[in-house]
Amino acid sequence: MSRLSQALAGGEFVVTAEIAPPKGADLAPALATARAFVGVTAVNITDNQGANMRMCPLAVAALLVGRGIEPILQLTCRDRNRMALQSDLLGAAALGVENVLVLSGDHLRFGDHPGAKSVFDLDSVQLLQVVDGLMAGHNMAGKPLAGFPRFFAGAAVTPEAEPFELMFQKFAKKVENGARFFQTQAVFDPVKLERFMAVARPLGVPVLLGVLLLKSARMARFLNDNIPGVRVPAQLIDRLEQAARPLDEGVAIAREMVAAARQHCQGVHLMTLGCEERIPEILG
Amino acid sequence: MIISDQKSKEELLQVLDGKTRLFLVGCAACATACKAGGEEEVFKMLEWLTSVGKEVTGSVVIDEACHIMRAARDLRQHKGQVEEAEALLVLACGAGIQSISSSTDQRVIGGLNTLFLGNIRRFGQYEEKCSLCGECILNETAGICPVTTCAKGLLNGPCGGMEEGKCEADREIDCAWHLIFERLKKQGRPGVFRRPVPPKDWGKKRKPGRHKIT
Repeated sequence: MSRLSQALAGGEFVVTAEIAPPKGADLAPALATARAFVGVTAVNITDNQGANMRMCPLAVAALLVGRGIEPILQLTCRDRNRMALQSDLLGAAALGVENVLVLSGDHLRFGDHPGAKSVFDLDSVQLLQVVDGLMAGHNMAGKPLAGFPRFFAGAAVTPEAEPFELMFQKFAKKVENGARFFQTQAVFDPVKLERFMAVARPLGVPVLLGVLLLKSARMARFLNDNIPGVRVPAQLIDRLEQAARPLDEGVAIAREMVAAARQHCQGVHLMTLGCEERIPEILG
Repeated sequence: MIISDQKSKEELLQVLDGKTRLFLVGCAACATACKAGGEEEVFKMLEWLTSVGKEVTGSVVIDEACHIMRAARDLRQHKGQVEEAEALLVLACGAGIQSISSSTDQRVIGGLNTLFLGNIRRFGQYEEKCSLCGECILNETAGICPVTTCAKGLLNGPCGGMEEGKCEADREIDCAWHLIFERLKKQGRPGVFRRPVPPKDWGKKRKPGRHKIT
């Protein structure tokens, strides 16, 4: 059983963080970042995040396992068909990766290869079913596996998305089809978080709140314009604008969201983007 | 209808390089409606080819260029002109071009880009609503195809990029799943939301595509 699943089952307030594989073959900085995380139970390895080509996350996840750091392997439907997804999952199991986060994947228009052919052979709900199937000992073709993998599969949710009912339908479908935990897109509005958790809580699946460290008003505006599902309220942008030291203000905002998460969620997923040294303060 | 448009004149000049005598083929069906390869466009093409120093040995506008037997018959009727040409310039969709290329050993040059199976909003304004995937779930999606109109072709609801019911890939466009959801709601039925939709059987999209009604 993964430490992540144990910690969530034990009712701990769980902290996860994330690293992006390098845009190249030099893994040293990413590994250094992963090692620098304090108080973090598991580390997400993003999968060609934002549709930008990077090193294969499975390789990075396996190297983390070897260093005693528990990975959460992100797996998007954008870049692989059903055969590649299953084959990567079996490879992940063999390499000791247990946590997987199943995602549709950002649209190619956001990334550095807009002319690529996107795959989306499966969607995230279908991939969750596939993970369950592999654990039950058969592949999508119904063929038995020699050795069952064991996974702790999670999924993503955008609690602030509108229409709420439609977003929630997809969330519930993921729960029904094998999502054992959720990591949310970055949320900046505690009221909307509360509304979401009020209906999500009865489904009984742990939710780790996405907390993104805002470094400046400029960054906040960039997120609003370019990152699907992220909305920084105007009032927070004003706070960052007026702050003498915007990064400190960003840390303060992140602390407020962590406090909201302690009230409503089972943990937080931190996105600190190069400011990992501020994590103790954010959690403080 | 198959939506097509003409290749740019620059590209045409490139593909026609070295060929001076051409036979022109148009299509009276979709390419005519798209104003890409009808009588008028064939005539304009003839004028342009002449203006850039090419010679046109003859032309024909086939009723449906995709009709393989008809295309072959119409070409036979212009046998002399076809043989006199160094290449055939075909203003038809990809299917039409291939009817022609299967009917002659002459070099066939396509003058159009084939875009999609389109619905017509008004002339010159087309919308892609069907991907010909061979496994239709429109009955459950209130008549809105997510395979085509969701930017990711998702089958179980919107992605995390939906904002205010708009699509992640283009904020000007409605999220297909939002439209499906709203229309099903109006109809008072759960439709596709009732069940997890299994992965598509892409094997039903016949490739190579042949179909015979039995």
